[in-house]
Amino acid sequence: MEHPAFPEVTVHHEPADDTVKRIIRTTVILSVITLIELGLGLAMYAMDMGSGLTLFIKGTIVILSLAKAFYIVGVFMHLGDEIRNLIMTIVVPLLLFVWFIAAFLWDGDSWRNLRNTHGRSRPATEQQAAPAEAKKPGGVE
Amino acid sequence: MAAAQAAQMETKWWTGGKSPFNVEYGKLMMWYFLMSDAFTFGAFLISYGTIRFSQNYWPDPNKVFNAFPFAGHANLPLAFVSLMTFILIVSSVTMVLAVHAGHHMDKKGVVKWLAWTIVGGIAFLACQAWEWTHLITGHHAVLIDGKIQEIGTTVTMNPWGPEVAGMLHNGEHVTKPGPVAFGGYFFGITGFHGFHVFSGVVINIIMLIMVINNVFERRGHYLMIEKAGLYWHFVDLVWVFVFLCFYLI
Repeated sequence: MEHPAFPEVTVHHEPADDTVKRIIRTTVILSVITLIELGLGLAMYAMDMGSGLTLFIKGTIVILSLAKAFYIVGVFMHLGDEIRNLIMTIVVPLLLFVWFIAAFLWDGDSWRNLRNTHGRSRPATEQQAAPAEAKKPGGVE
Repeated sequence: MAAAQAAQMETKWWTGGKSPFNVEYGKLMMWYFLMSDAFTFGAFLISYGTIRFSQNYWPDPNKVFNAFPFAGHANLPLAFVSLMTFILIVSSVTMVLAVHAGHHMDKKGVVKWLAWTIVGGIAFLACQAWEWTHLITGHHAVLIDGKIQEIGTTVTMNPWGPEVAGMLHNGEHVTKPGPVAFGGYFFGITGFHGFHVFSGVVINIIMLIMVINNVFERRGHYLMIEKAGLYWHFVDLVWVFVFLCFYLI
């Protein structure tokens, strides 16, 4: 079936009748995930947890956010309804983020270690960059 | 149905005369623009992450973002930003309903849902304006060079450092100054996102005027609403990650 205005669009996917149902279901999923994220965020605030558990909860929140992104892009933006070639030209370049995030967070962590140990010339003490020594308001660097 | 699907599977996309991606030019280019914009936002957020990882101390968002309009000094961590998040999710839903109405050439439906989307966008911007004002003008006692000073959160000052043990000022815990980068990244990234929301609202208003003037009715399709919709959903998508990086973790 040809598209009324664009002859080059050859297979026009007429939206299915259950589109509204799908939108409502996705809205509910997004809202529930957001509520779970908030619950976890507040739990970290209310309870004093060990750094291991905090890291685990933060990881869970990151994964939940990725799930939200998947639903927004796949259903609301209808990327899931496009043909595979189009999906791949969008998704494959985004894989660059895997390196991007890993490399730069690693770099930030290394930067902190170097500063705390003065370029590894002395053992690490966590409060090396003491904020009280700041010369101007708010300065830490 | 199965036969139709089989016929679709056999389509030779690259034989010419048709779009190999089965979309019209504008929509494909909108997707590529959004992909590049995702890298822009990604770079900002990753740079924020790098600086945050390089610090021994970083402010707790539950303490920084705990105010709500008209609630005085009540401690309501994350409440206001949750409201903002839901406003944006709902406006994304009304946008997708506008696109859906467009598929069915339902002008009234498009006008109704597009108008609600614009209302949602303006509400979000208003919330952000309040939050910024609250952060900049909300002063806190900070110990700087041995003196207590009252400072707000700006791109050069950050009152959200660790508490000074046992020191109170007007009933409030006195803190050391926090990392300066906090304000710069917060205002920079939420500001860049807010600018996207603002331009999205402007685009949606233009779309609404065009719909009311029957432009798309005469053209025979509402594909322009789909493209505006893609941009609007992207704004919602970015907020998911801004919300994640600044408020949740």
